[in-house]
Amino acid sequence: MDYAAKRSAETKFYLLAALGGLVSAIGVGAALYMEHHGHAVTGMNNQIVWGLPHVFAIFLVVAASGVLNVASIGSVFGKTVYKTRGQLAGLLCFAMLAAGLVVILLDLGRADRIMVAATHVNLTSVFGWNMILYPGMFAIAFVYMWTLMEKRMYPYSKAAGFAAFIWRLMLTTGTGSIFGFIAARQAYQSAVVAPMFIIMSFAWGMAVFMVVQKAMYLWNGMALHPAIRNRFKRLLATFVAAVFYFVAVYHLTNIYYAKQTAFEQFILLDGGIFPQLFWGGWLVAGTLLPLALIFLPGLKDMPGSATLASLLIIVGAFCQLYVFIIGGEAFPLEIFPGMTAGSSFFDGRIDHYSPSLPELLLGIGGIGIAFTMVVVGVHVLKFLPEDDVAKLEAAGALAD
Amino acid sequence: MTAPDNKRRNFLAAAGAGAATLAIAPGINLIRVSAADEPQTKLASGKVRWGMLVDTTKCATGCDACVSACHQENGIVEEVEDPRQRSQWLRKIDLVEQGTGRQHSLPMMCQHCAEPPCVDVCPTGASFKRADGIVLVDRHTCIGCRYCMMACPYKARSFVHEPLTTQNPEVPRGVGCVEGCTFCVQRIDRGKNPACVDACPEAALVFGDLNDENSAIAKKLKEVASTQVRADLKLDTGVRYQGI
Amino acid sequence: MSRALNFLALLLLALPLFGAAHAGEAAKPAIIIANPGTQCIAPPEEMRRNHMEMLKHQRDRTLRLGERSARVSLNGCIECHASKTSGAVTGSNENFCQACHAYAAVKLDCFDCHQPKAGHKAAVASGEPQ
Repeated sequence: MDYAAKRSAETKFYLLAALGGLVSAIGVGAALYMEHHGHAVTGMNNQIVWGLPHVFAIFLVVAASGVLNVASIGSVFGKTVYKTRGQLAGLLCFAMLAAGLVVILLDLGRADRIMVAATHVNLTSVFGWNMILYPGMFAIAFVYMWTLMEKRMYPYSKAAGFAAFIWRLMLTTGTGSIFGFIAARQAYQSAVVAPMFIIMSFAWGMAVFMVVQKAMYLWNGMALHPAIRNRFKRLLATFVAAVFYFVAVYHLTNIYYAKQTAFEQFILLDGGIFPQLFWGGWLVAGTLLPLALIFLPGLKDMPGSATLASLLIIVGAFCQLYVFIIGGEAFPLEIFPGMTAGSSFFDGRIDHYSPSLPELLLGIGGIGIAFTMVVVGVHVLKFLPEDDVAKLEAAGALAD
Repeated sequence: MTAPDNKRRNFLAAAGAGAATLAIAPGINLIRVSAADEPQTKLASGKVRWGMLVDTTKCATGCDACVSACHQENGIVEEVEDPRQRSQWLRKIDLVEQGTGRQHSLPMMCQHCAEPPCVDVCPTGASFKRADGIVLVDRHTCIGCRYCMMACPYKARSFVHEPLTTQNPEVPRGVGCVEGCTFCVQRIDRGKNPACVDACPEAALVFGDLNDENSAIAKKLKEVASTQVRADLKLDTGVRYQGI
Repeated sequence: MSRALNFLALLLLALPLFGAAHAGEAAKPAIIIANPGTQCIAPPEEMRRNHMEMLKHQRDRTLRLGERSARVSLNGCIECHASKTSGAVTGSNENFCQACHAYAAVKLDCFDCHQPKAGHKAAVASGEPQ
């Protein structure tokens, strides 16, 4: 690369990093605004207690643990194509986990008491477990990346990769269980929730990885080998189909239990924005379209189809989380089964949620933080996944 | 430490020796100095389990004397615009039975469960149960995550959405923390009833020690059929209802 | 690296100088309290140094154990130390708690939740549910 080209790439990098920094700063500013005025300036209330920041944060955390799978497949199952991508996957995991945590913490009513959260851990709380699972994930991801980047540590990378794989399963189980253990609310009390979160993390993490990889290849004027791309696409499709299966099981079992039918009626049919996001956002845009882009003869060879499918999966993920988290809260608690309840505290009434600008900016700020960390990380460390195509072909690894 | 300070310390030591000496000393705030020598008020004891029985057959639709008394006692005056963001420690719920159409009304608040989900889920241990069964929020360690609000089956907890200035001295509450009915713990510790119990014009609320078989509440619970709300969750609530 | 260290060391050495330069400037807080001349629970020196520990210890005993008439009490502090004019311990730099905390530049967290006014009674419109 000649000097001028290098110079221009350098400028572009600083522009990107500055853009990410700006979005992050706006997010933090929004959080400070919320902190100063209290949550009165948000759309959240005593009915919808968790809102948009939680949708963003949970997406980031779940996708963070999922993206590490790309690395695990390489180290644990010895697949060369994935091994090359271990470091980038590790960085993405690190960045999204950190960003997700920042969003959750900045949304706290008393974000200034972060030290209290760190020093008082109640071990019967699923949140409490997560206080241990998250730092553990950082540590393991860090050690794992170290084993991948340092030649002398390389022999340990398989063990570290295995540890990371196990830990990430625990982490997503923990995230899913935040909801799964809430017996009070009809939307969440299902044993399927924790495994559903694991499989969602596989799909979302892989989708994020595909988008980031594509962006890096475009940046460097490279192209992914078609055989490798096809392999990734098929794996992504498998994950998306598995998410579809779990969501179907979740709703079908709910419909089967008589006491849950009113809730299902609400979330799938009458609930306004929630059924719209479920059918239009998650099912059509986030599941069926990506599958069509991956498998349909006319579409699958279209340039950029894999990236488009990945982006749609991410859009679908946000819709799904919105329906799950906020839809679950909007439906009233059934405190007195068999009776119609009414009060000045909105008992028995379906609630509506209109997110305010600050909470949206906080969520987007989280994406900005992850973006900035990845841009800087990729620039400073050499994480571009480069396949030794000749070698792979010789080994027969690219045969379909 | 300087000499005058030592003198003062000696004086305090002497003062501590007996309240009688103090009574003669002029210009001294006796109460503060002698408080340490007063017999300790009884601390919350594990032998006691505070509870309440609500007779819904006496509770009139439209009457909210208990709610007003609660808000007066606990200083709940809020000006947040969105009513859904206002705190409600105690609220009246109007119920209509599906099918029969029977109507009644009852007060709903923290049920002071023996197995409180809010305490289980609280990441910092700020949600806690006192030895005598009262479930409280320690606002010194509450980080405002609202997980307890997600977990409470009774919607008994509120989040303070705006900075406050109108607290009563005995009832601290503030922005960014979660709160709920305390059974008026500041009154109970001084041997009084919760404010709602004293305010009810129909005497529909009975408060007392569930563990003391001679207490009015224990006697009544032995006599009449009572229910726990969401008994299916097996939370062993401290608040019981009659006539639901 | 070593240059950075040198710079840091210099900065550290210079810090006391800054401190000395500023010591004379900030005025000592002037406070007029509602009940002067009464006897506090401990000598001023001890109170200045330890009031936060005393309050922290007592807050847990009161909240978790229900101890209501202890020697240490935040409301007790407020009753004596509230300002003669405003009746509160915070609100202006002439009020007891805030005066000193502003002087010492220590964040005062108590009154986000606790009422700083002595004997305040919330005015609730009677009979009107929220």
